[in-house]
Amino acid sequence: MPSTQTYRRLYVWEMPVRLYHWLNALAIAVLAVTGYLIGRPFTVGYAQEASFQYWFGTVRFLHFMAGYVFLFNMLVRTYWGFVGNRFASWDKFIPLNRQAWRDIVEVLRIDILQTRGTGPIHIGHNRLAGLIYFVTFFIFMFQGLTGFALYGPMSHSVFGNLAAWVVPLMGSEAVVRQWHHAMLWFYVLFTLVHVYLVFYHDYVEGRGTTSSMVGGWKFEREDRLDD
Amino acid sequence: MPRAGNSLWEVMREKGYSRRDFMQFCTFAATAAGLGTNASAAVAKAFEKKDRPPVLWLHFQECTCCSESFIRASHPMVADVLLDAISLDYDETLQAAAGHQAEKCKADVMKAYAGKYILLVEGSVPTKENGVFCMIGGRTAEDILKEAAAGAAAIVAWGNCASYGCVQAAKPNPTGATAIQKLVNKPVINVPGCPPIADVMVAIVTHILMFGRMPELDSQGRPKEFYSRRVHDTCYRRPYYDAGLFVEVFDDDNARKGYCLYKMGCRGPLTYNACAVTKWNGGTSYPIQSGHGCLGCSENGFWDNGPFYRHLPSFPGFGIESTADTVGLTLGAAAAVGVAAHAVSTNIRKRKLIHDQVVEAVKDTPDSKEVE
Ligand code: HEM
Ligand code: HEM
Ligand code: SF4
Ligand code: SF4
Repeated sequence: MPSTQTYRRLYVWEMPVRLYHWLNALAIAVLAVTGYLIGRPFTVGYAQEASFQYWFGTVRFLHFMAGYVFLFNMLVRTYWGFVGNRFASWDKFIPLNRQAWRDIVEVLRIDILQTRGTGPIHIGHNRLAGLIYFVTFFIFMFQGLTGFALYGPMSHSVFGNLAAWVVPLMGSEAVVRQWHHAMLWFYVLFTLVHVYLVFYHDYVEGRGTTSSMVGGWKFEREDRLDD
Repeated sequence: MPRAGNSLWEVMREKGYSRRDFMQFCTFAATAAGLGTNASAAVAKAFEKKDRPPVLWLHFQECTCCSESFIRASHPMVADVLLDAISLDYDETLQAAAGHQAEKCKADVMKAYAGKYILLVEGSVPTKENGVFCMIGGRTAEDILKEAAAGAAAIVAWGNCASYGCVQAAKPNPTGATAIQKLVNKPVINVPGCPPIADVMVAIVTHILMFGRMPELDSQGRPKEFYSRRVHDTCYRRPYYDAGLFVEVFDDDNARKGYCLYKMGCRGPLTYNACAVTKWNGGTSYPIQSGHGCLGCSENGFWDNGPFYRHLPSFPGFGIESTADTVGLTLGAAAAVGVAAHAVSTNIRKRKLIHDQVVEAVKDTPDSKEVE
């Protein structure tokens, strides 16, 4: 170990990536809460006549608005995967070579067996995180497709019509709804584990992981800057 | 004997109907097919001139509720005229002939009117065990269907059975009950429902007779005219839904007030049918108006999405009581426990590692004296 360490400040997450991340988190939070309510509306006081209240309609409206934000946000991020910096690039999500798979095993050892890391730590996503986000993007797509397939018949939305093929493919709207609802729990699980892992890596690596998604900066020892 | 050939008007006159009856019928037919009363003159012209095509009505795995519905069309003359005069040349339930006589009649029609007759099918077709579950006159349903379909000008699948398989096709589908559209490689008009609404059935037959072609169909082969809207979008209880005013249990005060049945498992939001518009029994009522939620009887696989009296279906593989939420909550709790355990173990196992790192980092910091 060299006796003196110099840390470099690196601009990792550009503004569009950060904006995407927090818009996405916000949209998902709104979608999960309103979606749950659509599936299980709670009992309100029944003192009012229908002409004076519209809360369930409002909940659904919020769900659809957040659904649009979720969709467009995802499209912008996909575009950014081709024009953004190297940390945002699409190839960081797909383990295409042997080295990438070795890195995944290494991260698993650090996370599960809790060994000390040996190789260089990645500056952007580690390879395991990248792979998980890659899978997650497909689940985002599934949620968007099933959601817009359900939305189509209740609107004149072009996006609804574009997803209309999902219903006959899955059998009926009842099945589409069942899976659209079930996937709600994926987001709950993902958020729980994801936020925990962010904190965990921040703790064991000490490079400012948590704040990086806010300000964009990470910190890295100069002798390890070979990524 | 094939009786087709004469025009509808000729047949009606023979039967003793007046010109006025005929015009009434034409007006009904025009409105039923969505043309409006103005078109009745054109319809009359068509029914005066055009030869009636013969109609074959096949019965396979079914309960006859479609036939029962059909003969209860709201205009009494309609059922009468259609049954008497469309020349229903073969229908196991309604024909007078039986046995070899009946089979011969069907064979004659198929030969004499190849490419011209209309085929109406009620019931699904079993495909497991070489189709032994439904045999008529020593032949399998599949065989009979394929033969009849080959020369048909138009094929109509009555009800959920013929359109999707209905209860026979519910898991585990022991007989391999199959929808008509999966067995014939011709376009099929699906008229789902358990049963379909009588007036809808009549309108579709009338449409085919009148124009000699199919009504406009959606991607699932259903006539757009009757199946393009959800029951929910035409339901008169919809304002209660938007207001979040729901029946909580049958017979509570909310049920008496006629609130929305969503929480009682109403499938109106995912069911495409004309119930709330056309209604049943001559426009008297429809299930929701009578206080019971929609079961989704015109939807593919509606038997497998139960229980009927709960919004969320049971989650496949986890028993009847479990919903996606039960499964999700369990997984969520397990993950939370896992994360907590991991956090504890991190602090035990990595204590030394992190201590070293901190010491090393602090030592490395040029201006570290006060930190230490
Ligand atoms: C993270 C993403 C999402 C989650 C967690 C989510 C969750 C849910 C849940 C739990 C339901 C209730 C299903 C039921 O029990 O009937 C629902 C309904 C629905 N969702 Fe989503 N959803 C998401 C994204 C979307 C998107 C992108 C759209 C597209 C517009 C969408 C459109 C709908 C529609 C149309 C319904 C049916 C609402 C109704 O019956 O009025 N969802 N969602
Ligand atoms: C609904 C909640 C959340 C969702 C769905 C979510 C999703 C994601 C996704 C998809 C990425 C990849 C971003 C990209 O490359 O474009 C990501 C990265 C990241 N997220 Fe989140 N996130 C959520 C909440 C949070 C929270 C609450 C924090 C921090 C307090 C956080 C911190 C981070 C960080 C630091 C990264 C980059 C770290 C890495 O590469 O492993 N996220 N998140
Ligand atoms: S009763 Fe059923 S169809 Fe009518 S508004 Fe309520 S959920 Fe929709
Ligand atoms: S209300 Fe629903 S279940 Fe009842 S007949 Fe109409 S479509 Fe079928």
